[in-house]
Amino acid sequence: MSTPLLEVRHLRVEFPTRRGTLLALDDISFDIAPGEILGVVGESGAGKSLTGAAIIGLLDPPGRIASGEILLEGKRIDNLPYEQMRKIRGRQIGAIFQDPLTSLNPLYTVGRQLTETITTHLSLSEAQARKRAIELLQETGIPAAEQRIDQYPHQFSGGMRQRVVIALALAASPKLIVADEPTTALDVSIQAQIISLLKRICKEQGAAVMLVTHDMGVIAETCDRVAVMYAGRIAEIGPVAEVIHRPAHPYTAGLMGSIPAMDEDRERLLQIDGAMPRLNAIPAGCAYNPRCPKVFERCRVERPVLEPVASTSAACWLHAVQKEVV
Amino acid sequence: MLVFILRRLAQAVIVMLTVAFIAFMLFQYVGDPVTNLLGQDATQEQREALRKDLGLDAPFPVQFARFIGNAVQGEFGLSLRQGRKVSSLFVERFPATLELSMVAGLIALGVGIPLGVYAALRRGKASSQALMMLSLLGVSLPTFLIGILLILVFAVWLKWLPSFGRGDVVSFGTWTTGLLTVDGLRHVLLPAITLSVFQLTLIMRLVRSEMLEVLRTDYIKFARARGLSNNAVYFGHALKNTLVPVITITGLQLGSLIAFAIITETVFQWPGMGLLFIQAVQFADIPVMAAYLCLISFIFVTINLLVDLLYFAVDPRLRVEGKVH
Amino acid sequence: MASTTSALTRFLDGDVWHSFKESKVAMMAAVIAFICIFCALFADVVAPHNPFDLASLELMDARLPPAWMAEGSSKYLLGTDDQGRDILSALMYGARISLFVGLASVLLSMVIGVGLGLLAGFVGGKIDAFIMRICDVMLSFPSILVALLIDGVGRAMFPNAHDALAFMVLILAISLTGWVQYARTVRGSTMVERNKEYVQAARVIGVKSSRIMWRHVLPNVLGPVMVLATIQVASAIITEATLSFLGVGVPPTSPSLGTLIRVGNDFLFSGEWWITIWPGLMLVLIALSVNLLGDWLRDALNPRLR
Repeated sequence: MSTPLLEVRHLRVEFPTRRGTLLALDDISFDIAPGEILGVVGESGAGKSLTGAAIIGLLDPPGRIASGEILLEGKRIDNLPYEQMRKIRGRQIGAIFQDPLTSLNPLYTVGRQLTETITTHLSLSEAQARKRAIELLQETGIPAAEQRIDQYPHQFSGGMRQRVVIALALAASPKLIVADEPTTALDVSIQAQIISLLKRICKEQGAAVMLVTHDMGVIAETCDRVAVMYAGRIAEIGPVAEVIHRPAHPYTAGLMGSIPAMDEDRERLLQIDGAMPRLNAIPAGCAYNPRCPKVFERCRVERPVLEPVASTSAACWLHAVQKEVV
Repeated sequence: MLVFILRRLAQAVIVMLTVAFIAFMLFQYVGDPVTNLLGQDATQEQREALRKDLGLDAPFPVQFARFIGNAVQGEFGLSLRQGRKVSSLFVERFPATLELSMVAGLIALGVGIPLGVYAALRRGKASSQALMMLSLLGVSLPTFLIGILLILVFAVWLKWLPSFGRGDVVSFGTWTTGLLTVDGLRHVLLPAITLSVFQLTLIMRLVRSEMLEVLRTDYIKFARARGLSNNAVYFGHALKNTLVPVITITGLQLGSLIAFAIITETVFQWPGMGLLFIQAVQFADIPVMAAYLCLISFIFVTINLLVDLLYFAVDPRLRVEGKVH
Repeated sequence: MASTTSALTRFLDGDVWHSFKESKVAMMAAVIAFICIFCALFADVVAPHNPFDLASLELMDARLPPAWMAEGSSKYLLGTDDQGRDILSALMYGARISLFVGLASVLLSMVIGVGLGLLAGFVGGKIDAFIMRICDVMLSFPSILVALLIDGVGRAMFPNAHDALAFMVLILAISLTGWVQYARTVRGSTMVERNKEYVQAARVIGVKSSRIMWRHVLPNVLGPVMVLATIQVASAIITEATLSFLGVGVPPTSPSLGTLIRVGNDFLFSGEWWITIWPGLMLVLIALSVNLLGDWLRDALNPRLR
């Protein structure tokens, strides 16, 4: 097995507040292989965006990494000083955020923002950078790139803006892209275009992607592997097809079950009873235990760890029990 | 955009008319308009003649129109207190006030903006909090007290700087300037600092809070995520976005500098329009008050208009005529 | 009664009180403001001398410097002015006048502003547009000019007015400089509330608009209005002091801190700085502590900063 591009090991992110310290990410571990597309899915508040923020080193204060390691190509990046991490951002790791309207500075032309990024990381002249910027715009499917490069962000429609954002993220050809809900703020009709653009361009450049979303459909279409997050922990992680069709964790099963299928007749939408616990009220043992249909005594007491189950890994005592039984 | 300009012009005219109306009411109904126009030493015959001349029995709108006609030409009659033409008094005094305000404005901007940026970037550190404390002090200190304190320290105790008047001035026709002589510069220093403190504080707090807002935006976060240097993020992106709203507010402040000069001119006996106005208020010198009102509102309205145009020049979002696609 | 005590408990448990306890600055400011207000209110009792009692003045004691300086006397802690009046006592009486005018102006401002804001927000239409126009025009004029103008006109119209009238004109002048902020804030909140369903439901049932505004909209805007009021008290006091310093404020028989500063200004050059500096310091102290409280209150009530 080749070295993973990104390794996250036992990452803990906490928020010291007046009312005590909240643990927002609790012992997160996963890898991303070069060129792989990893989906990270879960409800709002599960910690998906925080994971991305921690990786690029832009946690909003007072949030901070309490313990754990993040390694890029085998070297630790979580403990780097700001200036060194800055050089990695954009060049090795790129980021795409949710809302393309607010991601771009309204007072600068698209071209200026592109060339600035390019010259920061690559030693190109202004003219060369501009040429590269035009190429990037063309690659991301923006028509009449030579004219549009001098336009301002508000002159682009939502979908076009996100293409510009993607161009900006890929300007210095990073090896990993952290995409935080890149399609959530777009029209459904545009979403598919953007996702396929992202997929294509990353495959072309050989970049890995960590795709954070709450949309299972997008995950199914795009990702190689997927991690399911719940209450700041990873519930299950594995190849997309396996997780979707043969979920090992009851939460994943619940998520899958709640997606209405086209070929079924249903009167009511299935949902999981209850709600994800708040960060200051996470139950002991497995965080999912109050809502789990298969809960038993051990779940309420001991917190499960990720264990391989068939072709995925799940943090669930069900399988440990079964293994022991076997 | 043309529509916008026209609309703003129309608004400006309405404001001016309203102010002119108030000034007119002052002229006509507070005190005696004939006295206002002729001064207190006019004879009975002169008054009768003027009364007929003015047609004070003419209908209201006609009198108002006449007043406006006069006002536009700068004709406001005679000062009750000094017996001279109001317009010539103002022409004499205007340069002093304008210079004082300009210097104060430059100080306020030149010191306020950098301090505000500093306070935003070094947020939470001791130096920044000390600055915010000082700024609160700046808002709590009345302008006249600042003037008195400065006089006490620099004129009475240290005897470094003069405490009243304008010093040596150089004339260019009707315009006089004190900025071309060392003596004039020494005289303008304390009053200008006094006048600038309040605005400086406001600008500093505004710049700081705007910048903090900007630093929280997604595009700044995205800029950092792209690996841009701190300089590029702070001074390339954040600063520009901060200054755009600051420009409007600051522009409007410049107008109020001219008005606040009233206080400073009183403390330092600076021979400007403000001192003239105060003496008019103390004396109930209606013509001067009315003229000052009209002049000040004209200045304000003009500045407002210019600032609006400036906004156009600076914010591309306002300029676009084309479609979004 | 029960609702008051439970409201009190809720307040004590809440973020605002907690934030107050944590902020040493806010507590100190509150203490200072309290002391100043106390001295001002009870000047009759607290002040060591009565500067208005002409019989008690001794010209021999005129122009004495503060007690800790060479020729000072412990009888007059902060020195005396040219007529033998004790500066410390004059301070307290002066502060009383300043605070009175300041608070009265802010109250009047609030009433006018909140009232007009509620009206504009609730009724909307032409009335709203008209009120907003007035707001825009007034905002573009600096407060000092508005105050001076009204004061000046008042003087011209009533040249021999007695004190009470002079005070009323002054308070009116200052309050007209500050009402716009209330009006805008309240109007905004009112418009938000007006569109909420419970208001429409109440209207359908036939509840009177005024009752809706009073019971439902008003409590919601109380927070920002209180912050505005606190900050405006400081600026009202300063405006009054400025007007009095310029000679167009309070009548000379009831000197405020501004008047005292003006009187003392004449003695600066002869080196008797204390006659003007102590009133000045008192003024700054009051304004500063009130501003600090207002600043802290605004941060405490701002959910985004928590």
